[in-house]
Amino acid sequence: MELTGAQALIKALEHQGTEVIFGLPGGAILPVYDPIIDSSIRHILVRHEQGAGHMAEGYALATGRPGVAMVTSGPGATNIVTPLANAYMDSTPLVVVTGQVATGSIGTDAFQECDITGVTSGITKHNWLVTDAKDLPRIVAEAFHVATTGRPGPVLIDVPKDVSQSMMEWYWPEGTDDLDLPGYHPPVGVDEAAIAEAISMLLAAERPLLYVGGGVIQGGASADLRALAERLNLPVVTTLMARGAFPDSHAQHLGMPGMHGTYTAVTALQRADLVVSLGARFDDRVTGKVDGFAPLAKIIHVDIDRAEHGKVRHPDLAIVADCKVAVAALASAAGSATPSDLSAWWSELRGYQARYPLTYEPHDGHGLLKPQQVVETLRDLSPAGTIVASGVGQHQMWASQFWNFEEPRTWINSGGAGTMGFAVPSAIGAKVGRPDRTVWAIDGDGCFQMTAQELVTARAEGIPVKIAILNNAYLGMVRQWQEMFYDERYSEVYLSPDLPNYVMWAEAMGCVGIRVDDQRDVEAAIEQANAIDDRPVVIDFRTDASEKVFPMVPAGLSNDAIMVHPSQEQR
Amino acid sequence: MTPEPIELPSSQGELRHHVLSVLVENKAGVLSRVAGLFSRRGFNIFSLAVAPTDPSRRFSRITIVVDAASAPLSQIVNQLDKLINVVEISHVNEQSVVERELLLATIGVAFDQMAGALALCASFGAEVLDATASEVTVTLAAHPDQINAFCELLAAYRVDQLHRTGLVALPRLTTPPVSPASAEPTDPHSN
Ligand SMILES: Cc1ncc(C[n+]2csc(CCOP(=O)(O)OP(=O)(O)O)c2C)c(N)n1
Ligand SMILES: [Mg+2]
Repeated sequence: MELTGAQALIKALEHQGTEVIFGLPGGAILPVYDPIIDSSIRHILVRHEQGAGHMAEGYALATGRPGVAMVTSGPGATNIVTPLANAYMDSTPLVVVTGQVATGSIGTDAFQECDITGVTSGITKHNWLVTDAKDLPRIVAEAFHVATTGRPGPVLIDVPKDVSQSMMEWYWPEGTDDLDLPGYHPPVGVDEAAIAEAISMLLAAERPLLYVGGGVIQGGASADLRALAERLNLPVVTTLMARGAFPDSHAQHLGMPGMHGTYTAVTALQRADLVVSLGARFDDRVTGKVDGFAPLAKIIHVDIDRAEHGKVRHPDLAIVADCKVAVAALASAAGSATPSDLSAWWSELRGYQARYPLTYEPHDGHGLLKPQQVVETLRDLSPAGTIVASGVGQHQMWASQFWNFEEPRTWINSGGAGTMGFAVPSAIGAKVGRPDRTVWAIDGDGCFQMTAQELVTARAEGIPVKIAILNNAYLGMVRQWQEMFYDERYSEVYLSPDLPNYVMWAEAMGCVGIRVDDQRDVEAAIEQANAIDDRPVVIDFRTDASEKVFPMVPAGLSNDAIMVHPSQEQR
Repeated sequence: MTPEPIELPSSQGELRHHVLSVLVENKAGVLSRVAGLFSRRGFNIFSLAVAPTDPSRRFSRITIVVDAASAPLSQIVNQLDKLINVVEISHVNEQSVVERELLLATIGVAFDQMAGALALCASFGAEVLDATASEVTVTLAAHPDQINAFCELLAAYRVDQLHRTGLVALPRLTTPPVSPASAEPTDPHSN
């Protein structure tokens, strides 16, 4: 069957099971947009290519399937660079297709030419510049294979216009043997001897701790994690990337570690004599000053990416494996082990929990709303299984702290890159992937202004997401640092609560807009929003800018320097 | 121009560099991916040499001499191994490696210096490629230590041009390729 390169590309995406493409056309990608009309794949037309990338990320995070985005060359391609960098940091599988100028024009500064494979080589797992249409099916198959196996990540396929216009004879690679990837061998299986050693280290430890990262969600290892933790009565902390990997309601869960983690999770790491890292990467936001991190602990590091072992902290035992395989093996080996008595460790931890729970001062009937309280009310009034997306800033930390995550893939968040503006488009992508779920974005006013235009996309495409703006009229997280570490010298952080008018803006975008500035109206507004299912809703919650995120480990200091909420400080 | 002795392979004292012999797919952009990785991760390259290896030109071999102080060997090997186009990495240390570097130099020699200069070249096995009454261009393919020594002695003359290719190396035939995992235990720098 003779096809154009463009037809072959779309057919290849169909063969990969692509359900939806997020994108926006332009000159160099025009040929590929023609066969989209006849394809079974849904295309969602975004208003800015950054939106396409974050939607694809939200889709991937909510479903576990790779997100697909398509944009044109030059500015279209550079507009999707931020999502690629974001997905690379969080190991999210994406396949991004970019148009490119015709092969004969490459290198001539042709109209809308950009060396996008060069630009993205450090922020993709791999990328391809296609030079012959006959390579397209193979490269698409390679791209999905690379994006979704081993440590997942974003990949990019750059397709020059003459390649998509030329003819080729259709074929489909039958298996990985038909791929041309001589240097790509993601680890399979797990070393059983290492698993046995890990179990004996766990049994010998007096203060063991499971430090759970995003790899557990990626590997679908939550059930095995629970079996392992319950069998050996182990305390668990879940990083920002792993919220939902272990139920927040579980008695063995100590919460999130890190800069804004719970006192107990942070201190448990500092006090542990054995830390078992499952698909986590010792990010600086978790470790604080590396020299002072988990100073008493031996480390067992389970990661599918060898380069993570010893990158930050030397492991006493390194296990190169997918968490899916490794956690299952640990759980089954633990099944026949006799759990050791951890009651002294647990009573120490229970003491921290009793003394330093997450806390805030609730609304006293006067003034602006308390952002933490808004998150808690939203949590309590939303259906079980609600998916929560967030931007980056204080609101993100409060969402992570005060929501109860009970299952994996319900927390859609920009962890490693901290990309403001992630919430709205990623919530849209998540809702496209999981239309059965309620999807709330908990967003900041600063973040909302970066990508809000995608609510037009959401309305046009019938994607009823809900956005709660915690409108503190500030770039709040930066304000917090200026207050605490720069003598309250506020530099370029004020945004105004009324400019823009969020309700009018929401309505202009075809959404329902609601403003809440009175504590008594919070519940009714949330209930109204939860009842709307035919269009997006935006609630502008007017929150108290003086609220700060606690606990906090100041940047660059050891976790031992954790600052608790002022009401918990020792007098 | 007097050549600075290049602080490359010194066999004494602590390990200053690692020699990696890296088999890569011979595709457009691969060298830039490798170089980009090194700069992004802060791994300092002393020298790098690359050329296709097989008649089909499907693969190239890159010999990279990397500063041992800039990162633990296991990090360098494991990060390099993540590049999709990297097929095989051998870490070759000085006991288990055959190394060569090529030098081309043009030196200005007065008439009465010519015999001495030619004798110096001969004693190192350097070959004269080109000469006039007052200049010679010589070449030497040798172990980098020998090239260093030769350069130091050349400094007695007027060195007009000097070009070194950087090291190429292959493992001695008894050494199996290092898989990334087994690079770890030998690493003295990991913390
Ligand atoms: C794209 C981008 N630019 C700048 C920053 C730095 N930054 C981190 S949080 C923050 C403030 C976010 O403000 P807002 O969305 O209102 O959230 P808040 O902290 O007030 O809850 C800024 C500017 C960033 N993370 N991302
Ligand atoms: Mg704000």
